[in-house]
Amino acid sequence: MRYLPLTDTDRSDMLVKIGADSIDDLFVDVPEIARLDGPIRDLPMHASEMAVERHMKHLAGKNLAAGDAPFFLGAGAYRHHVPASVDTVIQRGEFLTAYTPYQPEIAQGTLQMLFEFQTQVAKLYGCAVANASLYDGSTACWEAVAMATRVTKRKRAVLSGALHPHYAQVVKTMAQFTGDEIADSAPAIQTEPDLEGLIARIDDETACVVVQYPDILGRVSDLSKVAEAAHAKGALLVAVNTEPVALGAIKSPGELGADIVVGEGQSIGVGLQFGGPYLGLFAVRNPKHVRQMPGRLCGETSDAEGKRGYVLTLSTREQHIRREKATSNICTNSGLCALAFSVHMTLLGERGIRELAAENHRLACLAADRLDKVPGVKVLNTAFFNEFTVMLDGKPAREIVREMADRGVLGGVSLGRLYPGVEALEHALLVAVTEMTTEDDIETLATELEALVKEPAQ
Amino acid sequence: MNAPNKSGWKPEMQVADDGLHNGPQTTTGNRALMLEEPLIFEIGKAEITGVDLPAIDPNAASRLGGLERDDPIGLVGLTEPETVRHYTRLSRQNYGIDLGFFPLGSCTMKHNPRLNEKMARLPGFADIHPMQPVQTVQGALEVVNELAHWLLTLTGMHSVAMSPKAGAHGELCGILCIRAALEARGNAREVVLVPESAHGTNPATAAFANYRVENIPATPAGRVDIEALKARLGPDVAAVMITNPNTCGLFEPDMREISDAVHEAGGFVYCDGANFNAIVGKVRPGDLGVDAMHINLHKTFSTPHGGGGPGSGPVVLSEALAPYMPLPYTARTKDGVVHLIEEEQADEFAREHFGGELSSFGRMTAFHGQMGMFTRALTYMLSHGADGLKQVAEDAVLNANYILRSLEDLLHAPFADAGPCMHEALFGDKDFGGDLSTLDLAKALIDEGYHPMTVYFPLVVHGAMLVEPTETESKASIDQFITAFRSVAQRALDGDETMKQAPYYAPRRRLDETAAARKPKLAWEAPEG
Repeated sequence: MRYLPLTDTDRSDMLVKIGADSIDDLFVDVPEIARLDGPIRDLPMHASEMAVERHMKHLAGKNLAAGDAPFFLGAGAYRHHVPASVDTVIQRGEFLTAYTPYQPEIAQGTLQMLFEFQTQVAKLYGCAVANASLYDGSTACWEAVAMATRVTKRKRAVLSGALHPHYAQVVKTMAQFTGDEIADSAPAIQTEPDLEGLIARIDDETACVVVQYPDILGRVSDLSKVAEAAHAKGALLVAVNTEPVALGAIKSPGELGADIVVGEGQSIGVGLQFGGPYLGLFAVRNPKHVRQMPGRLCGETSDAEGKRGYVLTLSTREQHIRREKATSNICTNSGLCALAFSVHMTLLGERGIRELAAENHRLACLAADRLDKVPGVKVLNTAFFNEFTVMLDGKPAREIVREMADRGVLGGVSLGRLYPGVEALEHALLVAVTEMTTEDDIETLATELEALVKEPAQ
Repeated sequence: MNAPNKSGWKPEMQVADDGLHNGPQTTTGNRALMLEEPLIFEIGKAEITGVDLPAIDPNAASRLGGLERDDPIGLVGLTEPETVRHYTRLSRQNYGIDLGFFPLGSCTMKHNPRLNEKMARLPGFADIHPMQPVQTVQGALEVVNELAHWLLTLTGMHSVAMSPKAGAHGELCGILCIRAALEARGNAREVVLVPESAHGTNPATAAFANYRVENIPATPAGRVDIEALKARLGPDVAAVMITNPNTCGLFEPDMREISDAVHEAGGFVYCDGANFNAIVGKVRPGDLGVDAMHINLHKTFSTPHGGGGPGSGPVVLSEALAPYMPLPYTARTKDGVVHLIEEEQADEFAREHFGGELSSFGRMTAFHGQMGMFTRALTYMLSHGADGLKQVAEDAVLNANYILRSLEDLLHAPFADAGPCMHEALFGDKDFGGDLSTLDLAKALIDEGYHPMTVYFPLVVHGAMLVEPTETESKASIDQFITAFRSVAQRALDGDETMKQAPYYAPRRRLDETAAARKPKLAWEAPEG
């Protein structure tokens, strides 16, 4: 077996040293009834690298890769170009095969990277402090709600209807066990989100208001009014961002008054990967809130010779110290995805993230204008970054998406898939456009939609 | 004793008073291949970028709702050569499995086969969107299903929830299933029992699910005190969370009896599967009466640890808990087929297979789970096969016992007399000379070129040192480690005060963690002036 270095001679010699007659002597604590007499049945025996590769390639070949189709999906996961050097760096064994930096003297590579990552995220979000990552945007969203309840000592969270429905479901799932009260609703199909309606739901019992920016329909709106209203009632504003590239073009949530900013970092460096692993980003505007944050934090310090160095810090918030009183149960986070994000962000820099954002917006405007000209297709948004909602005549958008897929076009995410059973949304299609989208792709989507919206609903 | 390292450096090499190799200070602070590296914010510039993109057209239309970001973000960029060099230099300040022996107990730092990396990067897996129409991702669903089949077969359990993102997330999933199942019976109950030796994630998880945590004591042999446990069981106990093999590296021989007693009292058994690698292919947790167990794919099935994740924590469930699992999930039907069930099909599937009782507790994450980890874990399983996985467990346990028996004459090994250990060997700091502690020994091991074992965990042993060799070390590697470990252990027993300043040869000397916490500096700030 190519991964197991012990030889049979080694094994015998070691058993002698141990004083055991056979390997089974070492499993003596396993009750008789639970011992298996040979390899587990119904599973294949070991296979060569070549054979395994053949099998996996066969399975991979059954999928339609985004790169092989005109591609317009978003809704919380975006397809961006990842520079080749990002993958080169994250495949270095010193990063790939290290673990949580429990021994900082021999983990300065990971720790300095995390310190840089935290700084990059904090700046992008317009916040003071970011943590060293959580699992993904949706779990970060729940952690933000949980943190807000700790900070305000209140139990009620108000979710904007335009928060990603899966994020809202994660929050509601968790809240049913913690006893927190969650108020939410499905988004209304309108050009501008109903911020006044949201503000009206904030009261003296509200721990936080959760608003997505840009929102699930791709709309971009000024959060500062919501921030003011929340603060007036002693509540926190949690801003959720699922497309970090947008923050190269639009004001940061921190600038607009959000207290906790969380989001998905997958767009930068990580890739689509069928939904995971992704990268949960978590930041706070007020450094006073740091001790209520979940997850690992990397901090600067110095060593015994006075040299600058980095350590994991404020661990008394965490489960391995605080156990049942911890701010979160998280242990393993998304370290390698944080590295990928940080390398990509270093390559981009201030100039690159702004140019990337501008190119996304330029192409998205182009696509919106083109699609709006298609008879039976109407663009909903007035403001958007790289994703917008179109209303389709004829059949439900979900069917149209499936039919496009049959023809090799990945034409977007239907709101019917995101909100099954909500009739008011079933003719809406979310279209995301990134720097990877070509003008030919846009033309193909326009042509496909033009043909499909003409067909009558069944 | 043979020279521990035939290639060169010897322990008797002269060391200057300041603990450094004799030689002048360098201007750069570098020491040949040990290279210092500034922060990107100290070398990058706002106007530099390593990505060629079209220049921004100032006259381009903008539909950003008047929210243009006018102020500087504060980021800096580097070109590609500078970026690659920056991270390459940083990487060299890290210890990883690729570099050497990494016996971090409970974390299972085994070799990460590179085929797994290659397979995960196939565009058919890496470049697909979670919301693509299902007809375009059949191969991906097959990977999930195939992995689920392996996990169910290896554990002898009924169903598996694939979406949890890491071990602690899996624990939460299991406890929420238990809570949902109890609520369905009309009473969620109040208490979760956790052994003193448990991972900190266990009590944190139970508390997050709104349970009160109570400790179960251990016996002198390092096992759960079954009599104390039985005495505490009652109508208020929702579940018992047990790690098996436990965090002392020992198998809980009374596991079946514990499960029966918990079930008798109307509770559920949660098994922390962090140490499943010791018994994979040898024992099926389903045969021990377990109701829920997470499996750390990044431990047992060797997906890389990545400097702190990503992990993946699928949860296998008993028939009693299966109807409550989060969406999306997979389940095997009587015809042997494994299905992936999302919200829409959930009702129909439940009617067909759970007698109409759909009771999923909800959704734990935005999408389907850690696909990138699934492809790696499946590749690992296919490579090893049923025979190879059994050998994995046997070699891991053999290596740990070999270390235990090679050190027990020197170091306090609290449970060595109780019989063999499983995949990790546990020692304590009893009889260390002077005021030396486990931490000093760990730092001295760093100088010897090793990543230290897990220290001060489990909490039930004073100055605990938990050594997990895994199955991917050669005998020569383990022998060299034993030689090195014996030498630092002897120094600790002798009260060698020079250990208090170790490490001497790492990229950094001991770091001041107290100062870091007292006045936290958690982001770079531009120097004033």
